[in-house]
Amino acid sequence: MNSLVLALVGVAMIIAGYALYSKFLAEKIYALDDSIPTPAHQLQDGVDYVPTNKYVLWGHHFTSVAGAAPIVGPAIAVIWGWLPAFLWVTIGTVFFAGMHDMGALWASIRNKGQSIGALSGRYIGARGRNLFLVVIFLLLLMVNAAFSVVIANLLVSTPTAVIPTWGALLVALLVGQAIYRFNWNLPLVSVVGVVALYTLIWIGDNNPIELPDTVLGLPERSFWIVILFIYAGIASMLPVWMLLQPRDYINGLQLFIALGILYGAVLIARPEVVAPMYNSSPPEGTPSLVPLLFVTIACGAISGFHGMVSSGTSSKQLDKESDARFVGYFGAVGEGLLALGSIIATTAGFASLAEWEGVYQKFNDGGVVAFVNGGGAIVEAGIGLPQSLSATIMATTAILFAATTMDTGVRLQRFVVQEIGEIAGVSLNKIVATVVAVGIALALTFGAGADGSGGLLIWPLFGTTNQLMAALTLSILAIMLLRRRRSPLPALIPLAFVAFMTIYAAFIQLGTFWEARNWLLLVLDVIIIVAAVWVIVEAINSMRTARDYPGDDDAELRELSVAEIAIGLDSPAPHEDTDAGHHHQRHRDDQPPTRD
Amino acid sequence: MTDSPQPRSRLSKVAAGLQEFYSGPYRRTFARARQDEDDLFLVIVMAEALGVPNPASYYTVELLPVVYEQFHDWHRRMGMDRSPLDHFSCC
Repeated sequence: MNSLVLALVGVAMIIAGYALYSKFLAEKIYALDDSIPTPAHQLQDGVDYVPTNKYVLWGHHFTSVAGAAPIVGPAIAVIWGWLPAFLWVTIGTVFFAGMHDMGALWASIRNKGQSIGALSGRYIGARGRNLFLVVIFLLLLMVNAAFSVVIANLLVSTPTAVIPTWGALLVALLVGQAIYRFNWNLPLVSVVGVVALYTLIWIGDNNPIELPDTVLGLPERSFWIVILFIYAGIASMLPVWMLLQPRDYINGLQLFIALGILYGAVLIARPEVVAPMYNSSPPEGTPSLVPLLFVTIACGAISGFHGMVSSGTSSKQLDKESDARFVGYFGAVGEGLLALGSIIATTAGFASLAEWEGVYQKFNDGGVVAFVNGGGAIVEAGIGLPQSLSATIMATTAILFAATTMDTGVRLQRFVVQEIGEIAGVSLNKIVATVVAVGIALALTFGAGADGSGGLLIWPLFGTTNQLMAALTLSILAIMLLRRRRSPLPALIPLAFVAFMTIYAAFIQLGTFWEARNWLLLVLDVIIIVAAVWVIVEAINSMRTARDYPGDDDAELRELSVAEIAIGLDSPAPHEDTDAGHHHQRHRDDQPPTRD
Repeated sequence: MTDSPQPRSRLSKVAAGLQEFYSGPYRRTFARARQDEDDLFLVIVMAEALGVPNPASYYTVELLPVVYEQFHDWHRRMGMDRSPLDHFSCC
């Protein structure tokens, strides 16, 4: 099989999904209606609720959801052969991810831009909401721990990426200063920033940095993990304009460039796929394909995290309802293309089957390192960049994405810790909360051994937790569709499939952890299973109620929106409907949108 | 973006798009930071009126008419449903 065929078939399937299925969803299932004002217009405040150009919003949405997961998941899953991963990514993107992401946007815009957490409170009940909090905490914990290990592995295996990885911080700091201190022209600074990043990659490629086997008494990898957590802790406390904002921005640009390079190289080089179509003799210790494939590839097929982004920030910026199709569904398409690129790089980027088997010696062995080497080989063959330089580009891309997700993850975890502190009656300041957040993740990472292997051991758990969130979102969609007397099948079928595979996988892992006497993971797994069963029971109850007593939310919404616009929308309390309340509302609306 | 002049050329449209792509995700954070600063400033200006001795009150009292517009939003953010001042009846 030629990789070009794989790429063309995959892209054609995904694009056909966008052209046909998303149109069907938009018209028949979600009934997107531009005459209903979106929350961005109804509640416009220049801060959270701002109508945004759909291409810009798609860019935000896509870069927020595209972390390291669509690269890592497929890069591990091809151990079962390229076909299962390929099918799950393409079919998953079309029928699962697109439907789910667009649905989360739709659910949120029909509910004043509320997040999935808030919606689960409304449609499933308070317990659904509590469950959501538990899942979020675990998800963040896993992301922080796993990504630190992924990055550390890359820094060890690709020493040429050390300089661009840390140099990118310097570029971001300078870009931030240039824009905010000196008010320089943004497009110009962007071009200079991207050129500087690629120059750093070139410098790094010529100057690999390898640490000695032990640094300060720590193995090389553990040392990087500790450094990464210190970095993430500091980055999450700095003002955003200094580091995070320019860093995310340059990364966003870099993602588009790197995807272009990879697909362009496949188009030119057309390497043969050396990995088997179906690996009938995977290495010993590899778990069975069903159900583990469906939790190993989460992002790129279906991911609950996307629902959080869709309903968290994207829904508040949607200009028209019909834009949900482009932003939500096409955002999933972008993610699917990234996962497809990862599959091609890890199956076609090797010279022979023997070489491929050499990399995939045991489960979890391939991963991002295989992506970096395979992708590097394809880029070399395609556009003639030397293998090591292309590998450095791939590694830097993967690291930058994992790192931005990680520092955002630490920041979010800090908020969660502070909230938990508040509930417990302890007021934690920024630094203490950050130390607690980082400390928990560090404990998990090193819980399985001094080499930090705990971080990746929980990666399959990330899959189950993430899919559980997706199931939660899908069940809300099903309930909303039932209440409107529309066919719930587009949500119910993926829901049944995802829920079954998630619980099945969680039970299999339970056995593995028991045998390994890994109590930490065992406990986490039990929590996940309980949460999953819980959410399903609650959701089925709510669905039954919705089926027996349908209501038309949209008709309510239409009346509500006219009335609410008349009285000023965000009045939280009745007594705000006084003259002062009106004054307050007008005053806020008159303010121009803030942008510093 | 609304206060800037309409983009004329395709290039300036791209530039505007990039600007939005750059600042969009952080709009909320910046607005909140600015609000925090404004709140602190208001505390200082209102200190004397709230009964806290303020050595700079000779200057800050002149600012009272200026901050009056923001006073209602401010006391609500500070957790007071009604104006805490008898002679300052915004609501």
